[in-house]
Amino acid sequence: MTTSIKKLPDTEQVLSGNGACGGCPATMALRIVGKALGSNAIMLLTPSCSVASMGMTPKLAYNWPCINITFATAGSSASGITHALEIMKEKGRLQGELPTVFSWVGDGGTYDIGFQALSAAAERNDNMIFFCYNNEAYSNTGVQRSGATPRGSFTTTTPTGKRQPKKNMALLMLEHNIPYVATATVAYPGDLYDKVVKAKNIPGMKYIEILAPCYLGWQFDMPETVQMSRMAVRNGAWLLWEAENGKIDFNNPSSQIISGKKKAEPVNEYVMKQGRFNRLLKGSDAEQRIAEIQGDIDHQIAFMRERAKITI
Amino acid sequence: MNHRLSGNEAVAYAMKQINPDVMGAFPITPSTEIPEYFAGYVADGEVNTEYVTVESEHSSMSVCIAAQAAGARAVSATSSCGLALMYELLYVAASCRLPITLACVNRALSGPININADHSDSMGARDSGWIQIYAENNQEAYDNFLMAMPIGETPSVRLPVMTCMDGFITSHAVENIELLETDVVRKFIGEYHPEHYLLKKENPLAVGPYDVSPYYMEHKMLQAEAMKAAKARILEVAAEFEKISGRSYGLFEEYRMEDAELALVLIGSTAGTAKAAVDKLRDDGVKAGLIKVRVFRPFPGEELARALAGTKAIAVMDKSEGFSAAGGPLFAETRSALYDLNQRPYMVNIVYGLGGRDVKVEDIEKVFDRLADIAVTGETGPVYSHMGQRSKEETA
Repeated sequence: MTTSIKKLPDTEQVLSGNGACGGCPATMALRIVGKALGSNAIMLLTPSCSVASMGMTPKLAYNWPCINITFATAGSSASGITHALEIMKEKGRLQGELPTVFSWVGDGGTYDIGFQALSAAAERNDNMIFFCYNNEAYSNTGVQRSGATPRGSFTTTTPTGKRQPKKNMALLMLEHNIPYVATATVAYPGDLYDKVVKAKNIPGMKYIEILAPCYLGWQFDMPETVQMSRMAVRNGAWLLWEAENGKIDFNNPSSQIISGKKKAEPVNEYVMKQGRFNRLLKGSDAEQRIAEIQGDIDHQIAFMRERAKITI
Repeated sequence: MNHRLSGNEAVAYAMKQINPDVMGAFPITPSTEIPEYFAGYVADGEVNTEYVTVESEHSSMSVCIAAQAAGARAVSATSSCGLALMYELLYVAASCRLPITLACVNRALSGPININADHSDSMGARDSGWIQIYAENNQEAYDNFLMAMPIGETPSVRLPVMTCMDGFITSHAVENIELLETDVVRKFIGEYHPEHYLLKKENPLAVGPYDVSPYYMEHKMLQAEAMKAAKARILEVAAEFEKISGRSYGLFEEYRMEDAELALVLIGSTAGTAKAAVDKLRDDGVKAGLIKVRVFRPFPGEELARALAGTKAIAVMDKSEGFSAAGGPLFAETRSALYDLNQRPYMVNIVYGLGGRDVKVEDIEKVFDRLADIAVTGETGPVYSHMGQRSKEETA
């Protein structure tokens, strides 16, 4: 059973007075992550929305020891911390339960500039949870395309729409043979909470990617963040799954879409509600563009259905 | 203890004696042997160090920064493009006041690609906020690495330290070397107990959050003050080191400078060649002398001005090309340091030895010949020139 949102702990690690936009999905997700991790954790950041919104020296809104190095370093800096903790404990300079080391990084810092160091940390199976809050663009610098931007999406560097589909980053992480990979999104807080609690108790490298619909980048109304997140899951644009030791299990409601019990909703409404897509759907090629977006989603569902059958 | 070691092995041995907490390890010629030797120490249980085999120098420095911020002692080694790939992180390490120790085995920067010694790599990082100490030979490479932590970790300094030696010439050549006993080294280095670190339970820390304009400049000023304070600390540590080793070090070495009228200023292994030339000239009655700059950051400007005040003509020799169109970095800073002298000696800049081009005793003698002419005629000729350039016909 998924934990109900009503049963989540009252403790808060994201304090009031942070600098995030209203309706910020990354901050919502971080609140839930904080409830699952508790206070004994160390946070690794890279320059991103979360560094901009964590507050400014000397006042900070995150209730953990945290470190921000540079954009490409999320994987390697978390490795530095986790190795330091292990040796300091071994040499008797640290007592008590070791904190959870986690990276909190956007899709740019994960899919693109941070990919190399993340891949190496995963290959070493360093003990950390790497969170990617995926808002499908470089939102902090004013919305430019990333490897996570879906086909057909407007960004300031794809003014006529991105031509290529996004990477399947969570699957790429799974192929590193790490002990735990999961996807989540803010419309399903209990699902996210449970996955973080599970990851916290697994040694080695854990990767959790959270779809984070950003009203600024996606161009929808600020109060609709959660609604957009739910629509993405219901139409299969975002699949909820987790994999312990390489075996993929889909979570509700994605599991019903994969098994065929429930049909994925058509992508039209989702697309038309977002300015990043619909501003490019005013010409005669609108139908073809929507069909391409739908085609990418259909392909992803079909591919993941087959991929999950590989259990060796 | 008398031994025969290459410069790389000497530095790796110093690391072993220190027994650091974390090492970021990535290969690049000519520093590769340092992580190789160290991997052996880890495998044999001779050190108790987390040996993190990263995928790039960018990551080795990130690992060091994060580990040091967590309260651990971190070391790494690199050369050339590896140091260049660390560029943004060097600034983070210094501004977060993390006393990481990095062995830089100097090598030319690409391009064109070249694996031999010059100082273009570390000179490119001269304004990153790291202390830079250069070695002439294997003994100095070993000694400098041992002195790095007591310098960098002291509360008035708290800056990262880069110890540099010339690739291949020093890193791969095997020389006689005196090693200290490990217990003596450990006592000299001491335990690492930083005042602030991420995991300090009673006062947890945020490292590297956004620094707004009302604070940023104060932080930069504090960094600049720390670099100034490092000068006194470097001399203090050298004095302590002399007690355990019998070897004496300053900010620079003055060789036959007492009554010198003609002087060279240079860095690194070329000093050995230059000393031979100075000896030869002294035998011929020429008042020649040499200053070997050991500490380039903090730059010993006032001290150099005093040491060079009595000379008539000076050649500053840069083993890197700064592309300033006005001379190399050592020249720019040395000439600036001498500006306030009442009687300024003539000064020229000679860029030499790029990409490992050899410098012989005769080459240095020619420089002194030129200085002798300048001292007599007052005509410097071209102030900024390159040593031993072949003509277009020769290189065709």
